[in-house]
Amino acid sequence: MSSIEEWLIGHKIPVGKWGESFFDFLIDNFSGFFDLFSDVMSFLIKGSVEGLLYLPPIVLVALIAALAHFLQRSWKLSLFVFLSLLFIINQGYWEEAIQSLVLVLYSTLVCMLVGVPLGVAAAHRPWLFSILRPILDLMQTIPTFVYLIPAMILLGLGMVPGMIATVIFAVAAPIRLTHLGVSSVPTPLIEAAESFGATKSQLLWKVEIPFALPTIIAGVTQCIMLSLSMVVIAAMVGAPGLGVPVLRALSQVKPDMGIEAGLAIVIIAILLDRLCKQRNAPVKGA
Amino acid sequence: MKQSMTSTAVEFKNVDIIFGDRQKEAVPMVDAGKTREEILDATGCVLGVADGSIRIEEGEICVLMGLSGSGKSTLLRAVNGLNKVTRGEVLVQDGDTMVDVASCDAKTLRHMRTERVSMVFQQFALLPWRTVAENVGLGLELKGMPKAEREAIVEEKLKLVSLDKWKDKYAHELSGGMQQRVGLARAFATDADILLMDEPFSALDPLIRDHLQDELLELQRNLKKTIIFVSHDLDEALKIGTHIAIMEGGRIVQYGEPEEIVLNPANEYVAEFVAHMNPLNVLRCASLMTEVENMRRDGDQLILDKYDAFKVDLDGQGAVVKATFDGKLDLKLFSYSEETELADIVSDCVVALASPDITMKRAIELRQATGNPVLLVRDGRLVGVVGDEEIYQGILRQSSIADAAQ
Repeated sequence: MSSIEEWLIGHKIPVGKWGESFFDFLIDNFSGFFDLFSDVMSFLIKGSVEGLLYLPPIVLVALIAALAHFLQRSWKLSLFVFLSLLFIINQGYWEEAIQSLVLVLYSTLVCMLVGVPLGVAAAHRPWLFSILRPILDLMQTIPTFVYLIPAMILLGLGMVPGMIATVIFAVAAPIRLTHLGVSSVPTPLIEAAESFGATKSQLLWKVEIPFALPTIIAGVTQCIMLSLSMVVIAAMVGAPGLGVPVLRALSQVKPDMGIEAGLAIVIIAILLDRLCKQRNAPVKGA
Repeated sequence: MKQSMTSTAVEFKNVDIIFGDRQKEAVPMVDAGKTREEILDATGCVLGVADGSIRIEEGEICVLMGLSGSGKSTLLRAVNGLNKVTRGEVLVQDGDTMVDVASCDAKTLRHMRTERVSMVFQQFALLPWRTVAENVGLGLELKGMPKAEREAIVEEKLKLVSLDKWKDKYAHELSGGMQQRVGLARAFATDADILLMDEPFSALDPLIRDHLQDELLELQRNLKKTIIFVSHDLDEALKIGTHIAIMEGGRIVQYGEPEEIVLNPANEYVAEFVAHMNPLNVLRCASLMTEVENMRRDGDQLILDKYDAFKVDLDGQGAVVKATFDGKLDLKLFSYSEETELADIVSDCVVALASPDITMKRAIELRQATGNPVLLVRDGRLVGVVGDEEIYQGILRQSSIADAAQ
């Protein structure tokens, strides 16, 4: 027995080294690309944050409350948005809240840009989905810190590696839900469109996407929530936002600060969830 | 593949449709006349249709009839390429040529689908996020027709099925019968001459079904499309079809006009269907009547019934000149035609003269309205009579087929 154990330990499979050399390969060959990506994204994110912070907080709060009314036609929700954002200003976390909000929205945008096409492609090609599924499982379960390290090496400290970590964690939701929505289109609807001569792209835009839309939008909401749950982790690689005071509270053992920042995160989460909720219940299938 | 013009709208030529990966192995088994089960066991392929050949002329309503799994829908769906044909040709008329849908390229198939063939589905298959009008316009939209042009056509087709007041509703806000009328309007919208109907009324209540069948026949009178209609209900097939193909286990076992099938079922399977159908609208008097040669005679007179009560006199050409009851009472001769209202027949001193092509139902109505046997006349000559005896025999014949089938 012990000799087998010895043999096992003596012949360690260098998985970690392989991974490291893969990242080395990326750095050696694609560092230019990653630098460019990092520069563009951080320019966009920083620009957005500065733009939003340029407005007087009260004006922005009023604008967001108006947006809530426009989306959901509910003055109760608008009032709630207005008061809860005032509470965040009152607690002194306005700037951090805006930084987190922008980070979450950009992460969600990237997730949707990647996730929806991938989900559609996977719904059309079962083999692609069978490849994607274990990768998605891996991305959702692997401890975040593990890929924070290469993300940091590739992209440096700041908003962008935070966003990448968030995207890796959250992108599975839109992929899965888009796949679910598109692959659950009832066959008679597809055949009806085909029998009237629909091309592949007409089928996609006139039948599959409209049918899957409620599910895809559910994917957006989930994606936002998952991104928000990454705010603290993103702060560890230097992304500014509400995660920073939480981390500071942890390292300096300041329960009051932790509670304040935590509440602000919860408020942002509730607001985004209510704003994105579909006003009409999804239409039942044919 | 293009061929020269005929008045044929759709022709199936030795069509085999097989589902599964090992079709190459299954084809010789089909040729050897193996059953569906044998082919499934040996190759894992499902035989949809074997050696299906029918020719459907323009303006006909051809009903594909059979139990579920008999291959009727499979054959229908070959016409617009929803099911792929393994071997054989499916020729569909397009202008002066016949296009083989089974082998044509994607562009031609799309042309056939947008311009020539449209389809109505069993579960309606309306897009739930679209309004009634948007659903009806689907085919035109896929064709690339601009919105303004579309709207006029949609309006017109909705009027045709009397749903123009519902155009802004969503499909799920309508009843089943109305949803299928939307399905019909959608199929009419592209002005395709060939209409495929896959059990369109099966999901509806019997009353609504009956109503929609009548509506379809009424529309067909003006539209004169070529309709291929799938049904599992012989009564429906007999009511709607000008021709019926009966399918069993993927093979067409009998093809012919409705009365032909009722009178001469090709095998037990068909006989069993026939046994359960209602003969009144299908059987014609010509196949019920006692022919003039077989009537008993009393001198110059022909005796119409077994009690020797009704007698008629014929002239030299065989035309009826006089009808009497009990030798005393002269009966008025009344010529019946399709336009006659039965209510116009008042007295019971009347005997009706009608064509031998009228249905059994009409004969019973005439018999009841006049109280007397119905004389059947073709080209001015008496050819036969339908009275109580003949009517009873017609009905009993049906139940004896039922007994034989069991």
